[in-house]
Amino acid sequence: MTLLDVGNLWVKFPTRQGMFEAVRGVSFSLKKERLGIVGESGSGKSMTGRAILRLIRKPGIVEADRIALEGTDLMRLTEIQMRQVRGEQISMVMQDPKFSLNPVMTIGAQIMEAYLLHAKASRSEARAKAVEMLEAVSIRDPERVMRAYPHEMSGGMGQRIMIAMMLIPNPQILIADEPTSALDVSVQRQVLDIMDRLVTDRGMGLIFISHDLNLVAEFCDRVLIMYAGRIVEVCDADKLHAAQHPYTRGLLNSLPRLDQPRARLEVLQRDAAWAEAPSVSGRV
Amino acid sequence: MLDITDLNVWFGQGRDRVDAVKAASLAVEQGESFGLVGESGSGKSTILRAITGLAPDWSGRITVDGTDLGRRRDRAFYKSVQMVFQDPYASLHPRHSVDQVLSETLHLHGLGEIDRRVAKLLDDVGLGPRFRFRYPHQLSGGQRQRVAIARALAGEPRLLLLDEPTSALDVSVQAEILNLLTDLRAERGLTYLMVSHDLPVVGHMCERLAVMKDGEIVEVMEVAALRRMEARHPYAQSLLQASVAG
Ligand SMILES: Nc1ncnc2c1ncn2[C@@H]1O[C@H](COP(=O)(O)OP(=O)(O)OP(=O)(O)O)[C@@H](O)[C@H]1O
Ligand SMILES: Nc1ncnc2c1ncn2[C@@H]1O[C@H](COP(=O)(O)OP(=O)(O)OP(=O)(O)O)[C@@H](O)[C@H]1O
Ligand SMILES: [Mg+2]
Ligand SMILES: [Mg+2]
Repeated sequence: MTLLDVGNLWVKFPTRQGMFEAVRGVSFSLKKERLGIVGESGSGKSMTGRAILRLIRKPGIVEADRIALEGTDLMRLTEIQMRQVRGEQISMVMQDPKFSLNPVMTIGAQIMEAYLLHAKASRSEARAKAVEMLEAVSIRDPERVMRAYPHEMSGGMGQRIMIAMMLIPNPQILIADEPTSALDVSVQRQVLDIMDRLVTDRGMGLIFISHDLNLVAEFCDRVLIMYAGRIVEVCDADKLHAAQHPYTRGLLNSLPRLDQPRARLEVLQRDAAWAEAPSVSGRV
Repeated sequence: MLDITDLNVWFGQGRDRVDAVKAASLAVEQGESFGLVGESGSGKSTILRAITGLAPDWSGRITVDGTDLGRRRDRAFYKSVQMVFQDPYASLHPRHSVDQVLSETLHLHGLGEIDRRVAKLLDDVGLGPRFRFRYPHQLSGGQRQRVAIARALAGEPRLLLLDEPTSALDVSVQAEILNLLTDLRAERGLTYLMVSHDLPVVGHMCERLAVMKDGEIVEVMEVAALRRMEARHPYAQSLLQASVAG
């Protein structure tokens, strides 16, 4: 069953040098699956995720034929209705964890507040829940972290706290923007396991934005490959390493490998034609 | 170039005291590139911050280029030692354009020909002139990190402390930045101390690395041993194992 259907999505920004089109007519659908979005820096991955939640800051413009969440077109909702969607149906883990946390509030107070918004619970229940959430994302000393402020967290701890908070509302769709980029491999695995369980056990749909091609190939079901605001290729994740588009090949070849040392890494040779080719549909 | 002996760094007090780094020692030769890997929260960033004077409570000995570091760092220190922060979002001032960030940094280092140097720096990190007057919120994550690297290079430092310099970057930009760092090291004889959780990146960039867990350096190894997956300490072994499984 299709959870989300995005048709002909555009994100534009007026700039000094004219209109900048960050996302150019992207279409894809999302089932109860793990959908990866990969692509180079600036290709429009984050803007695609944010546009779904209508979180593009002014003067940015979002246009789409539809952004349908189980049949409801989000493009037609009021801002107040949209807030409800953001709180309850679709969660997003932002690429910039520390920016998304309130710097003057303790971590514990923030998680508890997020929990109390969604559940009828006493403060002590909320507190216990918050500690449990922190443990779930492998935070070593949750009691100390509850009392700490965001700037006192390491990069990977901040990222895990964001993930813990986003899981509270039990969303239908989770958009995770580079959620594990600051994590060491073993903690990364634990966080992926959590997300995986949500997809398999609760039937959540996951949009997993990442530049880690190996990770996406292993973890996701399908992958959209973005370039210059468009989708240039769509493939099953387990076939990512056999992808055909020269851009995707270029990305794969630029990875350093422990088993194949070399003096310099291959750098992508871009072709102007890639940006001109029409966007490939990621709808199924 | 860099000598750290018995470094302890702690934050807070009482029940909130965190011993973030415990009795850590390492030495990085002039021109060497040294990696720091390990568990999230194990103290990697804290070691870099202690070197740059951003961690107030520490004990032990830190020597850069033969000079023992005290409590304060002078301007000469910041000209020869620069850090690229893990978090490109927090490290750029939201109301300063790219041009302002780089011009001011060049000015602080007492350098002239600012206009030409800004253009050169942007070019060096693969950002064209059209990014020059943008503000941080108008840049993608990777573009911000390149600005942060350009800023660190502005004063032509000799020791660069790199905290996950490419974890916010896609692989093609990562390749460009790593090649850039390789070239800069060769051309200018730079020394790097580089934190990364990406073992292939460390393998590519470094000659040696230290593995950290829970505030301690549990193993220092050659990259050749990393490639052969030979670690002695159980945590280091499990880290290598997890990275091949992935
Ligand atoms: N407010 C803005 N004004 C102008 N351009 C913008 C603005 N915000 C974003 N952009 C541009 O939109 C493009 C897409 O940005 P986006 O953040 O989606 O990239 P991304 O694919 O997530 O990259 P990364 O991997 O680096 O995070 C970038 O080129 C960025 O510079
Ligand atoms: N300003 C601070 N106040 C209190 N505690 C801090 C502060 N900065 C760091 N810490 C604590 O020190 C420990 C080490 O943090 P550090 O940032 O060095 O970890 P790291 O190894 O860089 O981890 P990551 O890979 O997640 O970035 C963590 O437990 C963190 O909470
Ligand atoms: Mg992004
Ligand atoms: Mg860190």
